Amino acid sequence: MNGQIHFTLNGEKVTSDRHANERLLDVLREDFKLTGVKCGCKEGECGACSVLLNGVLANSCMVAMGSIEGSEVVTIEGYSKTKRFQALSDAYAQTSAVQCGFCIPGMVLACEALLAKNPNPTDAEIRKGISGNLCRCTGYNAIVEAVKIAAREGKGLW
Amino acid sequence: MESISKSIPKRDHFPKISGSAKYVDDLSFEGMLHGKIVRSTVACADIKEILIPDLPEGYFVIDKNDIPGINSVHIVDDDTPVFSDGTVNYVGEPILMVAGKDLKVVNRLMKLIKVVYDEKEPVLDMMKSETIFYQYGYTKGDWETAFREADKIIEEDFQTGYQEHTYMEVQGMIGFYENGKSIVRGSMQCPYYVHTAVKRAMGLESDKVQVIQEEMGGAFGGKEDYPSILGCQVAVAAYKTGKPVKVVFDRSEDIICSPKRHPAKMHYRAAIKNGKITGIDADIVYNCGAYTTLSPVVLQRGLICATGVYNFKNLRVRGKGVKTNTVPNGAFRGFGGPQTFFAIEMFMDHLAKEIGMDSLSLKESMVVKQGDDSATSGKYHFHIPFPEMIEKLDQMSDFRKKREAFRNQTGRYRSGIGLSLVYHGCGFTGSGERDLIKGVVKIVKNTDDTVELLTAGTDMGQGLKTAFAKIASDTLEIPLERIIVQNPDTDRVPNSGPTAASRSLMVVGKLLQRAAEKLKRDWKPGEYQEFVEKYVHPDFMIPWDLSKFQGDPYPDYSWSANAVEVKVDTLTATTEIVGAWGVYDVGTPIDMAIIKGQMQGGFLQAIGYGSMELLDVNDKGVIRNNSFSDYIIPTSMDVPHLETEVVENTYDNGPFGGKGAGELPAVGGAPAYVEAMENALGVNLHHTPFSQEDTMKVLEAFKK
Ligand code: FES
Ligand code: FES
Repeated sequence: MNGQIHFTLNGEKVTSDRHANERLLDVLREDFKLTGVKCGCKEGECGACSVLLNGVLANSCMVAMGSIEGSEVVTIEGYSKTKRFQALSDAYAQTSAVQCGFCIPGMVLACEALLAKNPNPTDAEIRKGISGNLCRCTGYNAIVEAVKIAAREGKGLW
Repeated sequence: MESISKSIPKRDHFPKISGSAKYVDDLSFEGMLHGKIVRSTVACADIKEILIPDLPEGYFVIDKNDIPGINSVHIVDDDTPVFSDGTVNYVGEPILMVAGKDLKVVNRLMKLIKVVYDEKEPVLDMMKSETIFYQYGYTKGDWETAFREADKIIEEDFQTGYQEHTYMEVQGMIGFYENGKSIVRGSMQCPYYVHTAVKRAMGLESDKVQVIQEEMGGAFGGKEDYPSILGCQVAVAAYKTGKPVKVVFDRSEDIICSPKRHPAKMHYRAAIKNGKITGIDADIVYNCGAYTTLSPVVLQRGLICATGVYNFKNLRVRGKGVKTNTVPNGAFRGFGGPQTFFAIEMFMDHLAKEIGMDSLSLKESMVVKQGDDSATSGKYHFHIPFPEMIEKLDQMSDFRKKREAFRNQTGRYRSGIGLSLVYHGCGFTGSGERDLIKGVVKIVKNTDDTVELLTAGTDMGQGLKTAFAKIASDTLEIPLERIIVQNPDTDRVPNSGPTAASRSLMVVGKLLQRAAEKLKRDWKPGEYQEFVEKYVHPDFMIPWDLSKFQGDPYPDYSWSANAVEVKVDTLTATTEIVGAWGVYDVGTPIDMAIIKGQMQGGFLQAIGYGSMELLDVNDKGVIRNNSFSDYIIPTSMDVPHLETEVVENTYDNGPFGGKGAGELPAVGGAPAYVEAMENALGVNLHHTPFSQEDTMKVLEAFKK
């Protein structure tokens, strides 16, 4: 079932001739060299491979290429060029929320998805928003704190 | 707060958060092959035959016959094979590697390879093992008299389970062989461990082996010994194929074959006379798995910690590490300490009930102070801030009031609060720093007056690069931007020792500080200069004698007090963790936010160890829950109120007063959690993890 799949990747129109049942994660990492998209499990459990798919947080390891025709995919590489990213990055730096960093690109996109829906989340809402993204290093507090700082200091961005 | 403690953005913040940092799986090289390892599917067998299909052009099988040096991975001892030598001793043991350009083809070939086994009865139960890898023991005072003259002797058994590291980045390495030189790069804590191992397996001289650390996505001890094994395998594969060979595990493979925290069974006895504990006798067994790897040192630390933070006058501690046909266990944050600390903390709680005291009062009355003898007849040379720490913990958690209020509860929801007092000995155990590691650092000043710090220290997320840079910048009084810290490459850095044992900051950081002081005194603008600094053993230490198991195993200790509060629904057996509080003494924090992050992350891992992280090994020795959907680790929702504080207790022999930090928070979480559960359920509990099923069992027993 090979053919061309068309989608938008970090704002650019792209095509892929991968088979429809291939994982978006592998295509992003191998064909587009977007290695900021991490693989922690390949079974939809860790969130390291998170991307924004039409603005919604998705585990790219669970997304089949056949399902993304015409979709808009944003990875950390694209998102890191935005002002919103800058606000989140500054906040993460303030709380030293980046430890090993492996969960972080996915985590940042989870924070974006959350703030886009809810610009002033409570602690509990933040914890719920990032609950699909495992982090083994931080204990999550510094990340929760960073989201609050970003929401406060990035006023108007979300 | 000391000025150095003020937090700065971490050095690796931007590359990591923007996704540009390269981890081993993100690297690709010209002509690189992908390797996958065929592993034993049985726990104990001789291999009768291996049937290998015809391999397409450019595809290879690499096994024991391809090893140019010795088929053994040097760790502490040398019993771990690089590839099976004809027998297999656990499910997951590496037999051979298939390598080739296309991973899909490699995976297909893997399925066509048939290993024919002559199966033997495996030993899976550590109590039935007849192979003792290591055993140690020590006594203090006159334990025999204490037990002979006791009014009452109390005996209990404790048990702790496996814990899997689940670093988010799985194990991975790439091997190269170029012009007679083996080069290995990847995710590892200890480049020089890998260097030593590869030298031996490849039969090469030191200068013909180069090991380079890439960005590391977490480790927690899990990448202390294992990269030596994988490093040898990729080195041999590159040698045979003449191409770079990359092996990166799947999550399930990683869970099946990478080391874990040693499960332990611990029998404790206490002699009680006139309402006082007069003696302790502990008999401890650690399950090493199929090979020895780091077990001797893990067991030593476990035994040193066996009587916790209390000053018992008379004691006997014995322990052994035994072989089973299960995955070899290794280093995990806390390194043998969390098991025995769990036992002694629970035991103290139970003994308090026997004696008719509340648990915290008993603990406070016996806690060690500066000047006291340690369990191994060493000395606590420095201030031990438990009184301040307990006060602070009580303020944060309201422990004393709650403990009182949670007595004799009825009704559907029951609350409980538990507390633990623990330490982590800073640095390598015993005389390791002096006799084995002999750490060396080098500091180089370039002609542009930038300064590079050359150590074998690796940053696995704990913030080592940032902490080292701060130490150098503050000592030299030059801006941080002029300090260079890169990932270690053994061709460039001296062997400052492994990044393990909470030693990096205290030991290596101190060496860097001393080198920086020399450079500062001798600073010549615009000139190239270099300074080498070697480890000097602290002269106040009482010499460690392993044969007697006596002396100072560590120069100093980091201390912590932990409390956890739970609310149990007795109808559904579900438990909500209402709060978790930790107070830590890690000397002067070199960076407050980094220390907080370490404490919070470690504490959450420890609560996971106490409550939910349950590895399920079946009666064939197979780990059944080899995925994140079945091996459950804490998410952001599990402990929403986790608070940590530090007390500042300067350690004069550490850089700017700092001492070991990374492992400390992993020690006290489990006993605090399980004590909270027993407080809520009104029973004595003896094992960790204490899961929802366990709660259900206790509740069912009440009904009968
Ligand atoms: S890699 Fe996709 S969820 Fe873990
Ligand atoms: S920072 Fe390491 S897993 Fe989150």
